[in-house]
Amino acid sequence: MTAPDLIRTVAEPEDQAPAASRTTRRRPPKPELSGGQKKALRLARALVWPAIVVAILVTQIPFLVTIYYSFQRWNLMRPGSRGFAGFDNYVTVFTGGAFMQSLAATVVITGSSIVLSVLFGLGIALLLNRKFFGQGLARTLVITPFLMMPAAAALIFKWSMLDANVGMVNWGLSVLGVDPVQWNTDFPALTVIMVLTWQYTPFMMLILLAGLQSQSKETLEAASVDGAGPIRSFVHMTLPHLRQYIELAVLLGGIMLLQVFDPIAIMTRGTGGTKTLSYLLYERAFVGLEIGEAAAYGVITVLLTIIVASVALRLLFKIFSSEGAKS
Amino acid sequence: MSTATATKVSAAPPRSALTPPRRRSKRMRHRATSTALTIFTWIVTLGFFFPVAWMVFTAFKTEAAAATKTPTIFTALSLDRFAEVLDRGFGVYLLNSLTASVMSTVIVLLLAIPAAYGLSIRPIIKSTDALFFFISTRFMPIAAAIIPIYLLLQSFGALDNISALSILYVGMNLPLAVWMMRSFFSEVPLEIVEAAQIDGANFFTELVRVVMPIVAPGIAAAALICFIFAWNEYFLASLLTSTMARTTPPFLGSFVDGRGQFLAVLSAASTLAVLPVVLAGWLAQKRLVTGLAMGAIK
Repeated sequence: MTAPDLIRTVAEPEDQAPAASRTTRRRPPKPELSGGQKKALRLARALVWPAIVVAILVTQIPFLVTIYYSFQRWNLMRPGSRGFAGFDNYVTVFTGGAFMQSLAATVVITGSSIVLSVLFGLGIALLLNRKFFGQGLARTLVITPFLMMPAAAALIFKWSMLDANVGMVNWGLSVLGVDPVQWNTDFPALTVIMVLTWQYTPFMMLILLAGLQSQSKETLEAASVDGAGPIRSFVHMTLPHLRQYIELAVLLGGIMLLQVFDPIAIMTRGTGGTKTLSYLLYERAFVGLEIGEAAAYGVITVLLTIIVASVALRLLFKIFSSEGAKS
Repeated sequence: MSTATATKVSAAPPRSALTPPRRRSKRMRHRATSTALTIFTWIVTLGFFFPVAWMVFTAFKTEAAAATKTPTIFTALSLDRFAEVLDRGFGVYLLNSLTASVMSTVIVLLLAIPAAYGLSIRPIIKSTDALFFFISTRFMPIAAAIIPIYLLLQSFGALDNISALSILYVGMNLPLAVWMMRSFFSEVPLEIVEAAQIDGANFFTELVRVVMPIVAPGIAAAALICFIFAWNEYFLASLLTSTMARTTPPFLGSFVDGRGQFLAVLSAASTLAVLPVVLAGWLAQKRLVTGLAMGAIK
């Protein structure tokens, strides 16, 4: 049994790495290993296993238990009522109406935060990529929002920036002659998107800046000598070069943003179209004490994430294998 | 003024006398564009940084000065708000955050360094499968695991326990750490790794004495990122801790109820909460960039 086989037996029951395992299956059979190689392989396995075991114990086993719970009738308020429920919890979820709303909220909040932070991140990366006075300091200041504790960022935005009476944004608008806006009550989804965009723009910017800096200066200069304007060389050369970096930024940002909970719990408590799947699950489990139903939400959330992630994983694998081909 | 333009100009001084007037004006226009772009960049940068700066500034004001419709700039500044925050027991929460972050980061390193090394032993072990297993655990929303974890900890009486929280942070950060470190280990010259793996007995000495110094910057970057994620984590901390093991983020979240004047004291608490990570992030900026961007790409 080779190491990939061993590891695949671990990865496959979860079915979370479809791209990886499918490619492995197509691989030709391994050549015979010498004694020294076998020893090294055993060593490599011994080194990797502890980390795999911990990852399984902390993340995978609880998920399997969640699947089991999702088929149970179980409310913590009525301890005697626990029993097998079949698909009842899933029926409740899909007929309840809360699910579709929550799915829409998740798509809107995650989607617009990703799009906005990639756009702003690209803009700032382009600005910071030229040499100018105080370049290092400017980059330091720009990455700060990503380092901010999300709970603190949400509070500062809610009270100090967006508050209807004393918020700085409304003061700024009043200077421009715009009437104060009740951001927190009238546009709750927008307030969440604003704070998320602010926090994730530096993250996107860092990845895209790395992409810009990996672009060869000679090619750009050659294009400029050949008479290509800055806009033409950006569209025809820089953007294609950045593509895989943009994809990666979207993927990593998406993973983190799909699970986002803090600003919603702190700023809106799920009101006004901000009840994302993770907040809905929290509410059903820890406020409603409906363990079975909440577990069903958990399972559905994971299934949805797997769908998104398997597309993303395939992408990552493409980047990964092209890098492997180069080295 | 842009240095790029400056060098270009100084590189061709003899020719400038012969340059026709049209070209000289073009160069001046180029310089003007460059200055305008620099000014624009700084406006964007400062606008982006403004909420942080305003938070720190507000923390030094009195409540009355903080809660005005038109922002007060010239006002008496003091450290009183920070004293007030610490009086409310903030130190304990900061200490809990520190314990959970350090404990989880140390355990992550102990697990991830050997794992990343094992994955870099080439070409025999095909590391992609294990890597994809790790990264796929990161895809799973923590919400999917929280209910059994909560009930399990409850039945063991381990709710509100900082060690239990730390172990969950290990699970959260391990995939990322392995993923990032593998990319740093793969930069170690193959001969060194092979020399180490042939001599199995001296394996750990080899790892510590030869390989570790090469990958130390990468390990530092991964450690910093794990620390930041643990320090800032809110969801698990707010559900699994209550009084004894409460960490900073959930305490901050319950800090204000929206009544009375609290803007200055809230800003002071937030400033204290973000300070360690922001300072560490600023100091280790280059590492952070390499860790996040390159670690993810390679």
